[in-house]
Amino acid sequence: MSRLGELIGEPDARILTGEAPSIDGGGLAALQARTAELARYADAINATDNPAAHAHASNVAVAIGLVRLGLEPVLQVVCRDKNRLALQADIVGAALHGVENVCCLTGDDVTAGDEPEARRVFDLDGPQLVRVAAGLGRGRYLSGRRIEEPPPLVVGAVENPGAHPLGYRARRAALKVLQGARFLQLQICYRPDRLAAFARVLDETGVSRRAAILPTICLVRHARALRFIDERVPGISVPPEVVRRVEQAADPGEEAYALALETARHALSLPGVRGLHLADFRHDGSIARLCADLGIQPRDERNEASSSHHGRQAQAAQA
Amino acid sequence: MKLLATLEHVVKKPVFGCRMCGQCVLHDTGMTCPMTCPKTLRNGPCGGVREDGGCEVQPAMKCVWLKAHDRAESLPLLPRSWREHYGTLRPPVDNGLHGSSSWRNLLSGRDRVTPKGWERE
Repeated sequence: MSRLGELIGEPDARILTGEAPSIDGGGLAALQARTAELARYADAINATDNPAAHAHASNVAVAIGLVRLGLEPVLQVVCRDKNRLALQADIVGAALHGVENVCCLTGDDVTAGDEPEARRVFDLDGPQLVRVAAGLGRGRYLSGRRIEEPPPLVVGAVENPGAHPLGYRARRAALKVLQGARFLQLQICYRPDRLAAFARVLDETGVSRRAAILPTICLVRHARALRFIDERVPGISVPPEVVRRVEQAADPGEEAYALALETARHALSLPGVRGLHLADFRHDGSIARLCADLGIQPRDERNEASSSHHGRQAQAAQA
Repeated sequence: MKLLATLEHVVKKPVFGCRMCGQCVLHDTGMTCPMTCPKTLRNGPCGGVREDGGCEVQPAMKCVWLKAHDRAESLPLLPRSWREHYGTLRPPVDNGLHGSSSWRNLLSGRDRVTPKGWERE
């Protein structure tokens, strides 16, 4: 099983995932350089699938690239660009190369991207894809055809705690967990009350004991980025006072970092939240700073501490 | 049989914007056709619902699944079991049924046939 899968099974383990920047050219060297900082901290890195409906190096290619670099990928799969045959082929094909984590999304619409005239597919939707991916891990294609030696997939999904209908979002997350999602990477949320209400329902209904809840923390440099997210990313609203706070600060860059840190601390304080998913648009060492401020060690040190802890437990059990 | 499909279309198109998917789920969705969602999601709403409730793709239109959510709760005369169906998982669309009568497929049970791998063993 993947390291992410193992960590999900250890209730006390902190989990950190993050989004790989999209890659177009420059080969694996570019992928290595652009994920280097994140790779020091993240347990697994998302290979995104044409994010915001812009074509880039494919999710499968990037995920395999991450494996070749010795990193653990999460294959992000969206329903927008491919039908059910292609989606299953991508998941099973990537698994041949050791890509075992799969995150299922409905995906932004084609109109969000720079080729809005493209045909949208949505042959499956997010919850259906979760179920199909979980089925692949159990050794069956959607058709029912068997897979000999099925890949040990760790299937996950996303949910948006801040979008309407607010009262339904936790139920929708629970539906995905019921279909086989073992982790949920949440959409960026600048409304702490909504995130808290969402986490509380998942905690009270036991959903967060079955799946690792990972709110996303977005690292940006300017108020301009927050305004862009508010106006141009459907499903995320940034309250005007939050934008103003960053805009009117003496040092907006520093204030934007402080906002991210505050958001992260709040998210980690919520019941059932197992860790964070990072989206870094600062590229200035803020991941390392954020982790240090949150008391999260680099991945290697966490793994070492965890294995020595397990070693001690094993010794105690033998004695 | 073509006649039945035509009749169904004539009745349901003006009222529900029916797209003749041949596997009607209006009863699950507060009598709101999910095929009118620009992403044709059977298990919406997606994460792109705007702060004012507008659709990600067509901002001037209220999200179809938000509408379905509100109607499933408030539409009078809906049986209780129908209201509760809003959040249940619906299987992938059988694209082979497009254009056929969902009434006929309901009576024959054809609309409840799912791929073998959909059901868990």
